[in-house]
Parts: sequence; structure tokens; C-alpha cells
Amino acid sequence: MSDFSEELIRSKTEDDQEESCVLSGTGMYFPWLQKHIDTVETGGKKEKDFAQTTSACLNRIQEALLKHQWPQAAGYMHSYFQILEDSDSHKRQAAPEIIWKLGSEILFYHPKSNMETFNTFADRMKNMGVMNYLKISLQHALYLLHHGMLEDANRNLSRAETWRYGEKSSSQEVLINLVQAYKGLLQYYTWSKKKMELSNLDEDDYAYNTASQTMLNHSWKTSVNLGALIQTPGVWDPFVKSYVEILYQIVPSHKLMLEFHRLLRKSEKKDHHKLGLEVLFGVLDFAGCTKNITAWKYLAKYLRQTLMGNHLAWVQEEWNSRKTWWPSFHFSSFWAKSDWKEDKALACEKALVAGILLGKGCRYFRYICKQDHPVLRKKIRRIRKSVKKHSIVNPGL
Amino acid sequence: MVNVCKCQKEFKERCTQCAAVSWGLTDEGKYYCTSCHNVTERSKEVINTGAIPNTKIQAINRGLKRKRKLERGWDWYVCEGFQHILYQQAEALKTLGVGPELKNEVLHNFWKRYLQKSKQAYCKNPVCRRKVTVLEDNQSHSDWESEPELLSDFSCPSFVESGTESQPDGLAQKPFPISKASQSETASICSGSLDGVEYSLRKEKGIVKMTVPRTLAFCYLSLLWQRETVTLSDLLRFVEEGHIPYINAFQHFPEEMKLYGRDKGIFAIESWPTYEDIYKKMIEMAKFLDLPRFPEITEDCYLHPNILCMKYLMEVNLPDEMNDLTCQVVKMTGVGEVDFLTFDPIAKMAKTVKYDVQAVAVIVVVLKLLFLLDDNLEWSLSNTAEKYNENNKEDKPWFDFRKWYQVMKKSIDEKKQEWEEARAKYLWKSEKPLYHSSIDRAVAFKRREMVVDLQKQFSTLVDSTPTVGRKKPSSFQFNWAEGDVARTCFHGHSLQGILKNKGQSLTTKNSLYWLSTQKFCRSYCKHVTTYEESNFSLSYQFIINLFAFLLRIKTSFLHEEVSLIEKRLFKTKYGKTKKKSSRSRKGRKY
Repeated sequence: MSDFSEELIRSKTEDDQEESCVLSGTGMYFPWLQKHIDTVETGGKKEKDFAQTTSACLNRIQEALLKHQWPQAAGYMHSYFQILEDSDSHKRQAAPEIIWKLGSEILFYHPKSNMETFNTFADRMKNMGVMNYLKISLQHALYLLHHGMLEDANRNLSRAETWRYGEKSSSQEVLINLVQAYKGLLQYYTWSKKKMELSNLDEDDYAYNTASQTMLNHSWKTSVNLGALIQTPGVWDPFVKSYVEILYQIVPSHKLMLEFHRLLRKSEKKDHHKLGLEVLFGVLDFAGCTKNITAWKYLAKYLRQTLMGNHLAWVQEEWNSRKTWWPSFHFSSFWAKSDWKEDKALACEKALVAGILLGKGCRYFRYICKQDHPVLRKKIRRIRKSVKKHSIVNPGL
Repeated sequence: MVNVCKCQKEFKERCTQCAAVSWGLTDEGKYYCTSCHNVTERSKEVINTGAIPNTKIQAINRGLKRKRKLERGWDWYVCEGFQHILYQQAEALKTLGVGPELKNEVLHNFWKRYLQKSKQAYCKNPVCRRKVTVLEDNQSHSDWESEPELLSDFSCPSFVESGTESQPDGLAQKPFPISKASQSETASICSGSLDGVEYSLRKEKGIVKMTVPRTLAFCYLSLLWQRETVTLSDLLRFVEEGHIPYINAFQHFPEEMKLYGRDKGIFAIESWPTYEDIYKKMIEMAKFLDLPRFPEITEDCYLHPNILCMKYLMEVNLPDEMNDLTCQVVKMTGVGEVDFLTFDPIAKMAKTVKYDVQAVAVIVVVLKLLFLLDDNLEWSLSNTAEKYNENNKEDKPWFDFRKWYQVMKKSIDEKKQEWEEARAKYLWKSEKPLYHSSIDRAVAFKRREMVVDLQKQFSTLVDSTPTVGRKKPSSFQFNWAEGDVARTCFHGHSLQGILKNKGQSLTTKNSLYWLSTQKFCRSYCKHVTTYEESNFSLSYQFIINLFAFLLRIKTSFLHEEVSLIEKRLFKTKYGKTKKKSSRSRKGRKY
């Protein structure tokens, strides 16, 4: 064989010169520099293989979960648990939450897993490290809810509610609020069920009294819980709705009812629209609200809307229980004169309502119409037209 | 506690209760006032061990030591721990087929030598501490007598003598060190070993401090001395596969050798040993031990590149015919010379050849010679071979690079995946938890309990398909058999298609070559060259990655060795470029 030292060397000379100029513009390449840069994050220490193992393991768990490979995920999880003994305290402290999230998902979907395994796992994870108790309790409760185990969920939340550990960090406060919120929600749900049961009972039934009494107690308890809760700044919509619904039952004239009406009005459900009407009538049943112009405005508008939507039946239903006393309560001649004197805008709105409900012959309506007012003349004319169109007394006339 | 060491003088303090100076010794060796019988915490120094019968020593010992312990057990020193690990490793090597002399003689002697070299500094410790040492050794050695050969030779006289002989006088002024120890006790820094805390703080200039990775340096030095058929990469792979104790080797300490506190930092390892690191440590240790020139590596040794090349060619499924070429390259570069190969720590440029890396580098060079590996020629040569093989099915097949690449890529990818999976699932923590202090002991145990419980729960959810049991240890990671249809074996294939006649001899059809490194770095960095992958052909990258994985080394490490082989091979070319490079270096001043 010939001596290769005499052979041609390929003209890679230029390319090879580039080799040393890769990284920096000055033409110097420091292979060791990258290693040092990498250690800045770890505080100067090279990452141990233990850390590499745990992070590679984590990736594999996540991959397996994405692919729905539950037994494989469980296998990697088995190895991942060692992170709970990591000498790095940051990783050790963050571990229970990660393990809970991954483990609960595996146990949720794995064919061989059941409620008991899940509950054992949840209880174990809850007690690992102080800061995880609330979060995991909450998630555990949601899991139980999902499976229809309402009582267990409630018990869980009750336990969690009373948890305290030294000085509460602000993050924990948020969680406690959430726990209370969900507990409240659960109570609302139970209350709702009770209400339904109650409506099925006959009023004369001997069980009715006790049932209604417990329901009332329950209502107060729940409303107190939720009431305290929504004082905290935040977005609590779903809880507010339930709160308001309960309140509507027990305190229909609450100022929140108008807000409630607005929400219901905006909803897409027909049931909600009907309820919206009920709520509005409910508000005006009470002496404290007789002069509330917003309520009247809403009612006026909403009556028109409802009637235009061909829901005469709804209006009639609401009016039926009120037609005996509302006229003297709201629409007497005394009130007509008094309202017009005090608040003309209010009077107009009431007139419209009166006209729709009592017809154009009613005293209130006639009085307002006779009034001459430079500004409100047009409005009164409009009211007359509306009443003519919408009045339920002589529909169509 | 009074901070003056009065070791050599009689106890002459006044009694704190009655102010008399009249002292006696209790059974436990503590001074007591003979007039009022007030017992102090001070103890009499014992220097002449011969005068004290064994039983007395044990009694004194018990009185002094037991209080400091979080767990009852033997008293032991850190270096005894290392000794035990070396013992375990030697046993494992024996099981792997290495001759027993390694354990009984070679490793044992190296270790003794290490103790002597490092104990020289040890003896500078204050005498009072030395006293403790002396006592402890008496007791501990009686317990170790039952231990096999490695330790029995290692007895008291060498320890004690070196201790008593070198008691420097100037130490009288040094503060009483036991007080320091009791301070650390109260700060809850402790250790299962007697000197764990002190050991971890020790920083003596010129002394190589023993660590767990250094046990492998010892193992390899012994293997090299015996010229065993185990390369450094083999050794590290055996460790990785669990055939040689390393990670958590302390778990096999005798039950009575309790390990906790500072011992954790010394014995609990959380990283795999790397070739580059152990190699460096090996040289450092050989220098520290003042070892002489090692037994010669001649042509018939396993570690000689001719033989190692043959081994690796077989392992990566390359034709036997390539052996000729590897031998040629070895001869031309002079890397097969006895003086080049034999390890001599005392030599001026003390370095040893990385036998395995070098052999593999030679193979890479041969592949470059044959196929150029420019992402072009190797494939056109493959086309030729394929055509020939199709038309000549009865003859010995020509080696087809493309087919080989396909087979090897598949195999190496599978192996790599297995390896990555094993690494991702590896369980690092020992069964018995290690803790730092009495404070976190309960927590550590609780955590372990949690982990074990969780593991038990999830193990029922894992696939019941039985995983392959621990692999049997083997030098070869790949095995190829002729006649296996699924995995073609290329050993018997011919290089005819890529060689041509040149007068009396054969030469390669390929007449071109490119150097892995044009310029070598000669200055401050630790590397001789760099390896920026994107600058090289895909074929070259594949080859480097293949061999780097085989040896579990960094690709840059292998690339460097390839460059060094080429440097020798093409020395005239480098001679020319040398002048060029020095000029251009000057031009780069800032």
C-alpha cells in the first residue's frame, strides 16, 4: 500500500478554516464556554445525571399521556417518584404538585384503576408538603363531583375549608375562597334539589312543613357562605348566579334582583327569560321598590318585549296573582298625582305598565295622558300608542 | 472547655469544687478529684497502646464515643468506607473473569500505597486527635479481622506507628480539636463515620483526596497493570449496567457501618462516571502514587491497537479484511510501538494512550481512506458493489457501504433507545434513606416511605409484560452471525470492489483524503481541536456518533483522537501548514 502522506489533500482548506470561526465574530471558538454558560442556571454546578434522569422521565410520562398509553405512563411514573427525594430542594418542593397532576390523570383513565386507588392516591398527595393540601383537596373534590359522589365531595371540601397553617399566604387564601365557593355551589345544588322535591309535595302534606323549614335553613346557610365569598374581588359569575337565585327565593326585593334580571334577560334560554319577568314583578311587589325607576323602566320595556315575543301567557300568569292588589298598590289616582308631581319620568314608565296591564281605561294611565308637558308630550304619545298596541286587556284593539 | 492542649503533661488544674490538685482516673478514663470526688470531662491521654489491654480500650472508647451517634454501630473512618467499595469492585471484577491477583495483590498494594501517601499529611493532625485515632483503630481492626484478605494485611501497626512516630512538638499550642467536634455536634452537622465532617472539609495541598469516582481510577490502574482484557470504556459500561458497584455501593457496607450526615456527600453519587473524567483521575492518581513504568503493552496484548481494532471491527460488523488496513495505519503512525503504548506516569509528558478510543480512531481513518466519506463517493462505491453482487451471487459478496449503513443505523438506533430508556427509568436513591442531620432524619424516612408506597401502588398498573432481565455482562454490545437473514453479517465480505492493484500491492480506489482538523490549538484551552458537527459530512457524523456511542464518549473526544492519528499519518502535510498557521495566529491579535 502506498504512503498516503504523498496523496492529495482535498481542497477543503477554506472550509476547515471556517471551523474555528463558528461562534463569535472575532473568529474564536470556545467549546468550553458553552458548558460554563449552561452552569449559570444551576449556580455553577454541572447538572447531575440524577436531574437528567428525572427530566427525561418527565418527558416520557407526558408523551405517554398524550398518546393515551396509560400502562407505559404508569411505568415511567414509578421511576419518577424518586424526585420526591431530590437533594435539590426547589425540585423537591415542586414535585408533589407535578406528581399529583400526572398521577391523577393516569389514575383517571387507566383501565385497571378505580375510585379506591384514586382516593388513596389523593389522600397521600394531600399530606405531602403543607402547601399542596388545598389545591389537591379541591381537585379531588372536583373529581368526586365528576363521578357523582356529591357527599364525598362535600365532606372533602368541608375538611379543606377548615385547614389552616400558620400564616396564610395570599395564594392559599385564593384557594380557600375557591373551596368555599365550590362548597357553596354544592349546597346550592342540594338546595335546588330540595326545592324541586318541595314543589312536588302537596302543601297539605305533613312533610311539607319540615321540608320547607330545612330548605329555608339551608338557604340561609348557603347564602351566607356565598355572600361572604363574593365580597372578595374576583370574577365569581357562576357562584353569583346561584347566590342570587337563592336570594330571589328568600329575599325577592333584594337590589341584586335587577342585576339578576339583566343577566336573565341576556341569556339565550327561554326559561331564563320567563324567570326574568318573574323576578321583575317580584321586585315591585315590595313597598321599598315602588319608586324605583329602573325597575319600572325595565318592566315597561320587558313587557313590550315579552308581548312582542308572543309570550302573552307569561304575562298573564304573572298578572293573575297580582291583578287584585297591584292596581290600588301602584296605580291609584293618589299615586298618579303624587308620582307626576315628584318624578315625571317615573310616572311615565308606570303609566305605560299600567296601560299595558289594565288597559287604556285605567285611572293612572288616563291621568298621565291628560297631562300636558312640553318635553314629555312626545313620550306620552308614544306610550299611548304602545298601550294601544300591547295592552293585554283588549288584545289587538 | 479549655482550649489548650496539654496532652504531654500531667493534669495539673485545680479542682473547680475544692481547688485541690489531686487527680485520679475513673474506669472510663476521666479525671476525678481525689479529695472531693468531683468527676471532670477531661480524659487522660493514652499514648502507649501496648500498656492497655483490649478490654480497657473498648471501655474507654464506649464512654467517649457513643454519645455522638445518632445510630448505634461500629466506629469507622471514611477511608475504610472507600476500602470497602474497592473490595466490592474487586470482587465484581473477579466475577467478570478477571484474575484474582488483581484483587489480592495489585489493587491491594495500590490502595496501601495511597494510604501511606495520604496519611503523611494525616499525621500532621494534633496529637489529641491522634489519640482518638489510635484507640479507634485498635477497636475497629479487631472487628475487621474477619474481613477477607484485602483488609487483614492492613492492620494496626502501620497506622499506629506512623501515628506515634510523627508527633510534632509544636502542636501543644493548637486548640483542642474535640471541642470543635462537639460544636459541630450541637450545630447538628454529624456523620455516621468518625471523620466524615472533617473529611469533607479537608483541603490539603498536594494530596489527592479519595472520592467514589476515584475508586474506578484505582480499578482501571489495576486492570492496566495486569493488562487485563478490559478497556476503560468496558469498565465504565459494566458500571453503567450494574455489574460493578458504584452508585449506592455504600448500601453493601456491613449493617453496623452506619452512614448518615456528611457521609452522604462523600458516598452518595448522583452522576454516571464519564470516560474523560476517570481517565484524567487515573493519570492523576498514578502520578500521586509515584507508580513506576507499567508492564509493557506488546503486540500480543489485548490492549494493542492491532487486537483492539480487530475486536471493534467485528463489533461494528465491518469486514475482517479491513484488519490489514488498520494494521498498516498503526504501523505507519507508530501508535503500535511498545514505548508509545506503555504507561509511564513519571515520564515528562505523562499520559497514557486511550487504547479503546485510539483503536476506534484508527478504524475511522481507515474508513475515510476507503470511502472518503464526503457524502458522495461512499454511495457511488456502494452502487458499484450492489451491481456486482446482483450479478455474482455465487461469489464472495463485495462490501456494500450503503447496506452496512442501513443495518448499523437500525441496530444503533435501537440500542440508543434502549439506553435512553434505561437512563430515564434509573432509580438513583438507596433503599435506606440518607439524611443530613438528626433534624431531617424523620423527614427522610417519611419521604422514602411515601416513595415506596407510591411505587407499590403504580407498579400494579404497569404492563405485565416481563422486561428483559439484567443483561449478562459482555465485552461485545453487538453480535453478528453469518447466515442470519434478518441482520446481515458483513465480516466475510470482500473489499475487492474498493481496492485496486498498484504494482505488487493493493491500494484504495479512492485517492483523496480530507483532514478532520487543519489547525491544532496549542494554547490555553484543554482541547487540541474542536468539533462543530455541521462542518462535516453526514457520513462522517454517522461514523463518529456510532463509535462514540459504542464507547460512551463525547463525539468531540473521538474526533480529537481521529485528528491526532491523522496528524501522525500526514505529518509532512502538517509540517507545511504549521508555518502558515503561526503566521495567521499573529494576525489575530486584539
